[in-house]
Amino acid sequence: MCTYLTEKIEVAGSGKGAQGWFTLTDATVYLDHPQHAPAEHTLNIDFLNPASGPSARVAVELTAESARALARAIEATLESAPPGLV
Amino acid sequence: MDGALIAETIGITGHDGDEIEAYIARPLGQESFGNVVVIHHMPGYDGGTKEITRRFAAHGYAALMPNLYHRDAPGASPDDAAAAARAKGGVPDERLVGDVAGAAAHLRALDGSNGKVGVIGYCSGGRQSFLAACSLPLEAAVDCYGAFVVGNPPEGMPLKVGPIAHLAPSLSCPLLGLFGADDQYPSPEQVDELDKVLTEAGKEHEFHSYEGAGHAFFSVDRPAYRVEAANDGWQKIWDFFGRYLAG
Repeated sequence: MCTYLTEKIEVAGSGKGAQGWFTLTDATVYLDHPQHAPAEHTLNIDFLNPASGPSARVAVELTAESARALARAIEATLESAPPGLV
Repeated sequence: MDGALIAETIGITGHDGDEIEAYIARPLGQESFGNVVVIHHMPGYDGGTKEITRRFAAHGYAALMPNLYHRDAPGASPDDAAAAARAKGGVPDERLVGDVAGAAAHLRALDGSNGKVGVIGYCSGGRQSFLAACSLPLEAAVDCYGAFVVGNPPEGMPLKVGPIAHLAPSLSCPLLGLFGADDQYPSPEQVDELDKVLTEAGKEHEFHSYEGAGHAFFSVDRPAYRVEAANDGWQKIWDFFGRYLAG
């Protein structure tokens, strides 16, 4: 289906796209048809800088299982960081 | 008809007089031909839909696919443009109608055009095909698994479109609907409801739902592809356009 289900957040950091590194300002997270992944639906994340145009984008398309594993890994990494680093 | 064709990227005049990018494929060596506006799926103005556009030309139709995301991301790759359009909530209905009107006018004016124009759309384009056929004078329309012709998008979805089955009395031409029985958007119940609405409105239509197929069963480069459904669906399309558009 075409869900259009989208979560938008502001982010600070950098990403590497087709034209090299750029500053990230936004990210969108959505569940929908992938462009490339061999699945009917994937959890898609776009890291963006809309002010630099639609091509300032780092995209990933993950299976639901992979996306949950990624979310857990991010949380676990941040939780285990030494005090004062994050 | 020997399948010879020419295909190229052009500019056409779309909604509000805007010039937008479009992909056109025309048959070669044919004195007269019917015409098809191809409405791309939500992943955008991509290689798969350009292939579909060429397929129509190989079968003797001039086919034109407007880039519905052109304004959202001029010059961007189709996937980046689709992401930009999604972030804005999709293509506004009014703009879609204007762009299809521009595409239809371009096709009617081609040397060799017989003046008959049909429309076909896939996925979100299925709904847009129905919308265009209810808003513009056309000769035939095909809705391939378009969601939200009937039924509201789920709660919390930032989709800027709503159900349009109430437009059925304005449908200007016969409608062919091709659906997957395993699809949830549109569900078999929603397909039945649209069938009923069209029957009550006295509108000529034929619907086919394929067992074992879900959404996007025509997409040859996706796991959703179902060869039996797609092959039969193509045959239905040739029969249907042959009746209403052929040269």
